[in-house]
Amino acid sequence: MEKARPQWSNPLQFVFACISYAVGLGNVWRFPYLCQMYGGGGFLVPYLIMLILEGMPLLYLELAVGQRMRQGSIGAWNMISPYLRGVGIASVVVSFFLSMYYNMINAWSFWYLFHSFQDPLPWSSCSLNSNLMGYDEECDRASSTQYFWYRKTLNISPSIQENGVIQWEQALCLILAWLVVYLCILRGTESTGKVVYVTASLPYCVLIIYLVRGLTLHGAVNGLAYMFTPKLEQLANPKTWISAATQIFFSLGLGFGSLIAFASYNKPSNNCQKHAIIVSLINSSTSIFASIVTFSIYGFKATFNYESCINKVILLLTNTFDLEDGFLTSGNLEEMKTHLASTYPKEYSEVFPQIKNCSLESELDTAVQGTGLSFIVYTEAIKNMEVSQLWSVLYFFMLLMLGIGSMLGNTAAILTPLTDSKAISSRLPKEAISGLICIINCVIGLTFTLESGNYWFDIFNDYAATLSLLLIVLVETIAVCYIYGLRRFENDLQVMTGCKLSWYWKIMWAFVSPLLIISLLIFYLVDYILAGTLTYQAWDATQGHLVTKDYPGFALALIGLLVAASTMCIPLVALGTFIMNRRKRGNTSTIA
Amino acid sequence: EPWEGHGISLQIHAELPCRRRVIFVLRCSRGQKYLFKAMVAFSLRTFSNKETIEISNVLLCNITKRVSFWFVVTDPSKNQTLPASEVQEAIRMNRNRINNAFFLNDQTLEFLEIPTTLGPPTEPSTPIWIIIFGVVFSLVVVGIVLLIMSGIHKQRRKSKALTETGDVEDKYETVVTIENGIPCDTLDSKEGRINRAFAADGEKLTSL
Repeated sequence: MEKARPQWSNPLQFVFACISYAVGLGNVWRFPYLCQMYGGGGFLVPYLIMLILEGMPLLYLELAVGQRMRQGSIGAWNMISPYLRGVGIASVVVSFFLSMYYNMINAWSFWYLFHSFQDPLPWSSCSLNSNLMGYDEECDRASSTQYFWYRKTLNISPSIQENGVIQWEQALCLILAWLVVYLCILRGTESTGKVVYVTASLPYCVLIIYLVRGLTLHGAVNGLAYMFTPKLEQLANPKTWISAATQIFFSLGLGFGSLIAFASYNKPSNNCQKHAIIVSLINSSTSIFASIVTFSIYGFKATFNYESCINKVILLLTNTFDLEDGFLTSGNLEEMKTHLASTYPKEYSEVFPQIKNCSLESELDTAVQGTGLSFIVYTEAIKNMEVSQLWSVLYFFMLLMLGIGSMLGNTAAILTPLTDSKAISSRLPKEAISGLICIINCVIGLTFTLESGNYWFDIFNDYAATLSLLLIVLVETIAVCYIYGLRRFENDLQVMTGCKLSWYWKIMWAFVSPLLIISLLIFYLVDYILAGTLTYQAWDATQGHLVTKDYPGFALALIGLLVAASTMCIPLVALGTFIMNRRKRGNTSTIA
Repeated sequence: EPWEGHGISLQIHAELPCRRRVIFVLRCSRGQKYLFKAMVAFSLRTFSNKETIEISNVLLCNITKRVSFWFVVTDPSKNQTLPASEVQEAIRMNRNRINNAFFLNDQTLEFLEIPTTLGPPTEPSTPIWIIIFGVVFSLVVVGIVLLIMSGIHKQRRKSKALTETGDVEDKYETVVTIENGIPCDTLDSKEGRINRAFAADGEKLTSL
C-alpha cells in the first residue's frame, strides 16, 4: 500500500506555517529602513502597489503549484515539464545556501538573549582599560553597544583576508541553534505543525507589548512624526519603486521552494487563493506594525541622545561662566549662547570648539538596517529603558522566534524534495536525513564564527539569494503560464479547489509579474556592472567606525560561485534532460 | 537639604593662596560647608595620620554663586599650608565616603585634579550566560532524544503489526484488482484512487 503523504492536521497549521516563514527578520529590520530612506509614509504607496502587482499573484502561484503537484520543488517542476527540473534543483541549492548563513543570526540572538540576564546589561557601559583610570579605547571611540557587537560578540578582524580563529562562544551558540531547528523539524509536519503555532504568534505578542511600551516612551512621538510625514518627492525616485518591489519579493520568501513544500502537505481541496491573500496581507501589515514600533524606539533613542547632548552643553557653559544652576535651560539655551558670546567674547571663543551642535534631526537620521539595527541601535535604546533586562529578553526572544520560523521554511524546502525522492527516503528514515542536513549546515556554518565571519556572512546575505531568486521565480511564472499552459493550470485549480481564477490573477501571472521581475533583473545586473568592483564595510578598531574596502579576488570568486551554482542549474539540467531524451529516442529508433 | 549637583571642578592655581577648588551646583548652606570641612579634616586624619587636624584648619574661599570654591588645609603644627599632593591623596582614598555624605556621586561632586578611579566591574566566577546556555542546551538535547526514541518505538510497533497482518492484506489486495478487472496503472491519477471501504480497514489494521 502506498504510504500516505503527511498532511497538516488542520488548515490553520498551514496558514501559520506560511506566516511564520514569511514574517521574518526582514519585516523587522529592513522595512523600517526602507521606509525611512524612501519617503516615510509615502513609501507605503509603492509598497502596496507592488503587493498587488507581484506579491499576491506570485504567492498564490507558488502555493497553487505545490498544492496541485503534491511534491516538493524538484518533483513539482518535474511534473510541469521534465526539462524544468533544474528550477526545483536551483531552489534547493538557494535554500541550502540560505540555511547555511541564516542560522548564524539565530546564534547571535541566543548570545544576546543569554547575556540579557545580567544586571547591568553588558552593553550598557564600556569596560575599563587596564589601569582602571578610563574606558577601553575602542569602546570610547565607538559606543558601548557597537563595542559589544564588534568586539565582544564577533571579535571582528580588520578585513576579510584575516580569518583568525573560531570563536568558541559563537560556535556553541550556533550548535545550539541547529539543535533547536533539528528538534522542530525532526518529525516533519507532525512536529513542525505544532511549533509554528508558537513561532507565528509569539512575535506578535512581543510586538504588541513593545508597541504599548514604545508609544509611552518619552520622545516616541518625534520618531513617529519623522517616519510618517510623507516625503512625496521620493516617489519620483526610481529607486523607491525598485526597493518596494524587491522588498515585497524577498519578504514573502518566493522562489526558495518552501511555499511549494508547505502547500504540498495540504489537502487538494484547500482554498489556497484565500490563504495566499491572507498571508500576503498579514506579512505586509506586520512590516508596517513593526516599523511603528521601531520608529517609536528610534524617537526615544534620538530624544534621549539629543537631551544628553543639550545637558552636556549646559553643563559646560555653566562651569565655564560660573552661572547659577538652573540658569540655563534647553529652552533659553540658544539666546543665552548669543548673550554669553557678546558679553564674554574671549572666554566664549575658548570654549566654543567644545560646544556640540545638538540636533534632533541628525539623531533621527541615522538609518540603519540589518544586524546593525537589532544588535546596535535597539540595544542602545533598550539600555536606557527601565527594567532593561526584561525588554532585552523579550526583544531577543522575538528575534529568535522570527528567525526559527523562517528556518523551518528553509529546511522544509530542502527536506521535502529529499524525502520525496524514493532513492533517498527508502534508505534513510527522515530523522536521519534531517540530522544529516543539520550537521552539514552546522559544520559549514562554523565559517561564520571565525573572526572574519561577519564579512563572509555579508557575502552570503547580499549575493547568495538575490539574483538567483529573481531568475527562478521568472522561470517559474513563464513555465506555469506558457509551458504548462495557463488554461490547463486554471482547469486543474478549478477541479482541485473549486475556485475559479478571476481575470486579475490571469493578467498578473501572464504579463505583469514577469515584466516586473525582468525589470528588476535588468536593474540588478546594471547596478552590478556599473559598480565596478564590489565593496564591503569593514570595522576599523583604531577609529571606531566602519570603513569601505574592496573585496579581494577569492571573495569575488566565491560570489560568482554562489550565483552560478544556483542559476546554472536551470539551463544545465534542461540541457542534460534534452541530451538524455535524444539518446533514448535514438536507442528506440535504432531498435525499431 | 539634598544636594542635586551637576558638576564640580577643581582647579589649582599656583598664585592664589587657596589651592583646591571644589564646585557644587547648589546653594551651599553654612551647614554643608561645615560638613565639607569636617570630611576633609577626617580624610586627612585617617589617611595622612595627621591626628591634630581640626575643622578650623580647612579654609574655604572664593565661593561663587555656582557653588564652587577653593579650599586649602593648614597644618596646625607647622602653621603653613599642606602640600597639594598630600591633600589630594587623602581625598582620593576617602572619595566614596565624601560622596555619600552629600548624597552625591563622582559625576556630581568633582574635585579637579583628582581623577576618579573607576570601580572594577563585578565579574562572577562563571559567566551567567554559560549557565543559561547549559540549561537550554540540555533541555533541547533531552527533547531530541525523547522524540527520536518515541519515533523508533512507533516504527517497531508498526513493523510488528504489519508482519502479523501482512498475509490478510495481500489477499484483500488481489481480490480488489481481480474483481474490479481494472489494473491500477490505467487509472489516470497521480495519487491513486483510494477505495474508501478498504482504506478505512487498512488504517484500522496498521494502527495497532
